Amino acid sequence: MAEITLIEAVTQALAWEMANDENVLVLGEDVGVNGGVFRATVGLQQRFGAERVIDTPLAEGLIAGMAVGLAAQGLRPVAEIQFMGFIYSVIDQMLSHASRMRNRTRGRLSCPLVLRAPFGGGIHAPEHHSESTEALFAHIPGLRVVIPSSPGRAYGLLLAAMRDPDPVVFLEPKRIYRLVKEEVPDNGEALALDVCYTLREGSDVTLVSWGAMIKETLEAADVLGEKGISAEVIDVATIKPLDRATILESVARTGRCVIVHEAARSCGVGAEIAAVLASEGLLHLMAPVQRVAGYDTVMPLFRLEHYYMPSVQRVVDAAQQTLEFE
Amino acid sequence: MQSIAQFTINYWQCLNADGQAVAELPAFTQQPERVISLYRAMSLTRLFDQKAIALQRTGQLGTYASPLGQEAIGVAIGSTMRPEDVLIPAYRDHAAQFLRGVRMSDILLYWGGDERGMDYAEAREDFPISVPVASQCCHAVGVAYAMRLRQQARVAVCCIGDGGTSKGDFYESLNAAGVWQLPVIFVINNNQWAISVPRCGQSATQTLAQKAIAAGIHGEQVDGNDVFAMTARMEAAIERAQQGEATVIEALSYRMSDHTTADDASRYRSQEELDKYAARDPISRLNSWMSDAGFWSEQQEQAMQEELATQVEQAVKEYLATEVQPPQSMFDDLYETLPNAYQKQRDELINAQTSPQGGADHG
Repeated sequence: MAEITLIEAVTQALAWEMANDENVLVLGEDVGVNGGVFRATVGLQQRFGAERVIDTPLAEGLIAGMAVGLAAQGLRPVAEIQFMGFIYSVIDQMLSHASRMRNRTRGRLSCPLVLRAPFGGGIHAPEHHSESTEALFAHIPGLRVVIPSSPGRAYGLLLAAMRDPDPVVFLEPKRIYRLVKEEVPDNGEALALDVCYTLREGSDVTLVSWGAMIKETLEAADVLGEKGISAEVIDVATIKPLDRATILESVARTGRCVIVHEAARSCGVGAEIAAVLASEGLLHLMAPVQRVAGYDTVMPLFRLEHYYMPSVQRVVDAAQQTLEFE
Repeated sequence: MQSIAQFTINYWQCLNADGQAVAELPAFTQQPERVISLYRAMSLTRLFDQKAIALQRTGQLGTYASPLGQEAIGVAIGSTMRPEDVLIPAYRDHAAQFLRGVRMSDILLYWGGDERGMDYAEAREDFPISVPVASQCCHAVGVAYAMRLRQQARVAVCCIGDGGTSKGDFYESLNAAGVWQLPVIFVINNNQWAISVPRCGQSATQTLAQKAIAAGIHGEQVDGNDVFAMTARMEAAIERAQQGEATVIEALSYRMSDHTTADDASRYRSQEELDKYAARDPISRLNSWMSDAGFWSEQQEQAMQEELATQVEQAVKEYLATEVQPPQSMFDDLYETLPNAYQKQRDELINAQTSPQGGADHG
């Protein structure tokens, strides 16, 4: 079996589902002939036709609102927003309609749509192309927000998102689109949503992260291991709804927690995890919860980008602080 | 220099403000029962409206948006759509919704603060009222795209106000409807006011219908207080939609009411203006025509009014008798299956109702 990248796993999942469910449609800017600016939809229009792989006019609000209409008619639209920096006009449709159609109509209509967007920094992209604003969506009742961190999880979680009866925001960490390859069987098997994935077991400290920062988090765990510190690594994967149980259970064993995310620190998803630990896991904590995050600044243009992004060293330092706390 | 394109916007009117024919009347006007059904539907909407405002003024209904004076638009929409079509309404379109089978008690329930008012017993695929202005236009594009993809002879009808035509969602939707040749109709209820901002404050264009031209779809202006013209033009638009051309109908009307019951329009518009438009009322206009045509009498009017009042009273009774939903219902249709993460919050809410220290007032 060939090894594939995260972006190829996205394509593979889309193709599987389109082949197996005629209700699945892909729509977005440049997703058709061009196969998407990152090539996530490459080959799909040739295979499934221009009516199901739709090049839309350049209008993000329309893309999301149209997906609401398609989904309410029983189709399964997968809408691509080209970059997360262009997603903000979409929040109106996601917050005002997609997330609450089922609730408003008491189940008469629903919005089983997937909104895909590449997000995050670290690729020297132009302005407005590097933010991590997943918390904006995680605050909206009625949505799911899912972030893969490997080719295998991209495939399995995207399949699950497309089969979910409710709207899912699926954010793809573009820094690791082509960073690693792994074998991903194209068997149509979805992974569970709403649960964290424990990537590495450990006993001294729990490192919690998602998306591209899983790379730095795993590397930090290696460095800590060399220092004789056993770090558990949890990939949150579904940031909304949050699987509190897995995180609490881990911290109950380790007594220490470092949360790592690229997004600005204040009111990020890390704040929610820290609050959960404070209210439901306080007596297990042996040190204050640490957050290693982006700063509360505007995402700098790329000459300063690497100062903004959490580094392996910052994660290691934070973990050591939790161990040195008395 | 050469002119490379010319455009025309047509204006349609059958009956003038006095109820006299000013153009050849559509064939359906030869059928008294059809004309009477339009008249009844407009009259029912007005009676309902009076009752709804009375309920609001006496604390029995929340903030409510009245369609007073614009009944012909909704009645034309609702009476021409087929059951298989899909209505995507704004918040002043209950005339159309009633004809789609939405119960009066549902509309009351909605403005009375209960989500079940959007769980329509009929017209199950129709959208609930859209409060965020113009956002529903994009939904209509999606619905129409689904219809075309499935090769169905169905049509999506989207309602919007004059203020909504200033929004990007409106332009984006018209544009997409043109690109994909979708079976969709956008009906602009141009009632001259978007809360306190008059039509001239929304756009410098001579008509709102001409915005269709920029999107490459058909646009026309209709006397929205003339139910004959509106009905005929809706029929034509439905036909056109099935041929793959979208339509914008700008229905000229006037908002005789405040924006909502929470508004006081006397702050920004004159009594003279109201008087001017009151003379163009859609219901009295049709009444004049029917009386002149010899198939409507004072006795028939009285009998109909009594019958409609009974229907409205019945709806009010049903509305007022509807028990409040259990509090935890706010969780029960949030997702198809409530994620475990929120089960505890649901339990907290239930416990807050039953514990002696708890209760709704304790936050």
